[in-house]
Amino acid sequence: MRAIAFREDRCKGCLLCMTVCPKQIIIVSNRFNKAGYKVVEVLEKNVDKCTSCAACALVCPDNAIILGPRKRRKKGEVADAREA
Amino acid sequence: MTQNKAVYSLPSVLADVPMHYCPGCQHGLAHRLVAECLEELGVAEKAICIGSIGCSVFIYNYLLVDTVEAPHGRAPAVATGVKRARPDNVVFTYQGDGDLASIGLAEILHCANRGERVTIVFVNNTVYGMTGGQMAPTTLLGQRTTTCPEGRCKEHEGQAIKMCEIVAGLGGTAYAARVALDTVKNVKQAKKAVHKAFEVQLEKKGLGFVEILSTCPTNWKMTPVQANKRISEEMIPYFPLGVFKDVTSAEDKG
Amino acid sequence: MPGKPKRILVKGNEAICRGAVAAGCQCYFGYPITPQNDIPEYLSKVMPKLGRVFVQAESEIAAANMLLGAAACGVRAMTSSSSPGISLKQEAISYMAGSQLPAVIVNMSRGGPGLGDIGPSQGDYYQAVKGGGHGDYRQLVLAPGTVQEAYDLVIKAFDLAFAYRNPVMVLGDAIIAQMMEPVAVREVEAPPASEDLGWNLMGKGSRPPRVLKSLYLEDSALAGHNALLREKYASMEKEVLYESFMVNDAELIVVAFGSIGRIAKSTVRGLREKGHKVGLLRPITLFPFPSAVLGALAEQRKLFLTIEHNLGQMVDDVRLAVRKHADSFFYGHLPGNLPTPDDFEQPILQVMGVAR
Repeated sequence: MRAIAFREDRCKGCLLCMTVCPKQIIIVSNRFNKAGYKVVEVLEKNVDKCTSCAACALVCPDNAIILGPRKRRKKGEVADAREA
Repeated sequence: MTQNKAVYSLPSVLADVPMHYCPGCQHGLAHRLVAECLEELGVAEKAICIGSIGCSVFIYNYLLVDTVEAPHGRAPAVATGVKRARPDNVVFTYQGDGDLASIGLAEILHCANRGERVTIVFVNNTVYGMTGGQMAPTTLLGQRTTTCPEGRCKEHEGQAIKMCEIVAGLGGTAYAARVALDTVKNVKQAKKAVHKAFEVQLEKKGLGFVEILSTCPTNWKMTPVQANKRISEEMIPYFPLGVFKDVTSAEDKG
Repeated sequence: MPGKPKRILVKGNEAICRGAVAAGCQCYFGYPITPQNDIPEYLSKVMPKLGRVFVQAESEIAAANMLLGAAACGVRAMTSSSSPGISLKQEAISYMAGSQLPAVIVNMSRGGPGLGDIGPSQGDYYQAVKGGGHGDYRQLVLAPGTVQEAYDLVIKAFDLAFAYRNPVMVLGDAIIAQMMEPVAVREVEAPPASEDLGWNLMGKGSRPPRVLKSLYLEDSALAGHNALLREKYASMEKEVLYESFMVNDAELIVVAFGSIGRIAKSTVRGLREKGHKVGLLRPITLFPFPSAVLGALAEQRKLFLTIEHNLGQMVDDVRLAVRKHADSFFYGHLPGNLPTPDDFEQPILQVMGVAR
């Protein structure tokens, strides 16, 4: 299982990722990045809801979303998000 | 969320730097699709990019391949010169709608008609972006721009030009498709189309052409989310998606 | 060059083609326009047989941009046209100058302005020498006066283009283009087509990518780029070529280039036979211009008469060159009429008489 990770310095706050998240867990944060954009986030309590579908990363025009390191999973191998 | 090191790696041919595009502009996404295809096909080392004039003029800052800058609209002619001089290289242009469908109309049509073994990535956002949102040849009827402030009018300005259909109708075109970047499904389709547009070049079948419907939130005066919706609500009804020509397919619609 | 050089009888246009082929021109991009049509016609036959590239473009604009593409690859490439078509190529020439791309452009100029006629004219001097396109740039300009020179200079044009990474124009006219003369042809040692020149596009392979561009938006980047170009243009000075004929004891020196220079030479010869002390200075490179040699002659208090097949263009450069010591008179033969050596006699004698 991989968690999505936001590279906040790349985020321009366009929110396109929000519109495609099937779990609706991406929200606007209260933080501004160096470029002055209000960045998105997933609350810690919702991280486990992420299915690593990578839809957000796929539509992000600024390559601001990546899949984080592979977490240990109890069973089975997870398909690479790029094939999703 | 922490800033973890990427495991889902971006294609290495795509420079990992912030892009100069406006929030929500999909040039960055289109760049990534091209980069992924070059990498997957294993041709980045022998690729030559013909940059064009418009917001994507800085493409060489993002796509790490040999690049030459073409004058406005002339990318298909420059690509012809490059491909003829270096037939073993993989040559592609990346052009916007003002560049390709207005000032460069002659160049793209004849390049396609000659069947140059090049790939054309055509990003259609119905407006001149870099110069400040003027009317483009692909501006839709009724769409307001800085040079058609009352909305494009058929009587005065004519209708939006459908490049994919025109290019598909030319003898040297091997593949012509129109795709969009507004949904996950469409982005995946777009990737396939870009892939195919390079494959026909590699197979020496002829010219590969992909028209990518894309947003320009800034000049449309919309939020990125509103702009993205406009693709399905206004653009796709007029610019239908699909493969308009594929000489490698038995079900060639062209 | 072993043994006797082979001599052939050809038109200027064909001499241009043969010179280009000998010089290793790999790609030619053309478009029909009189009086240069023999060039694309000849090369459409010859280039494919040599495994080289011939493309008839959809326009002069496209042809010049194809040239830009091939030049970016670092291969020897050429386009040709005549005056109205050369106007259309200016966009790409400016870009090639800005991007420092080596290319050869042949202009077999004709009468203008506008559609003009298809006869000879020197009306494109300003366009060729002062930068016909936008922005600050220079191209080397070579003006053949004979068919032999057309052959030799097109070969030289390729060498210069690559030596300076700059567009080079061969400026002829309908006379040079259509006239037949014997030409001594030769073997030329041309560099291999797919050489890595350190800047040309070949696909990045394992090195960092190369970018050829003329856009410099960052603060003072364009100024730096232009400073570099200025230095390059200044360094072209050493390429000056000219023919001087009986100038040493001359009281009046005719300055004329290209086919007109050649016709004026006949006039000078005729006047010498009649005892008049006249000479000829024929610039072969129009940029760089032989200003230094003209300046030195001016110091000897000679008279200067510039003769051109136009309303007066090169005369500006002659005046600048001689201005400290002499003035330059001008006789312009109007495009639309073909001059003979006799036509130049009276203007020369008039200047000599008037000025005395």
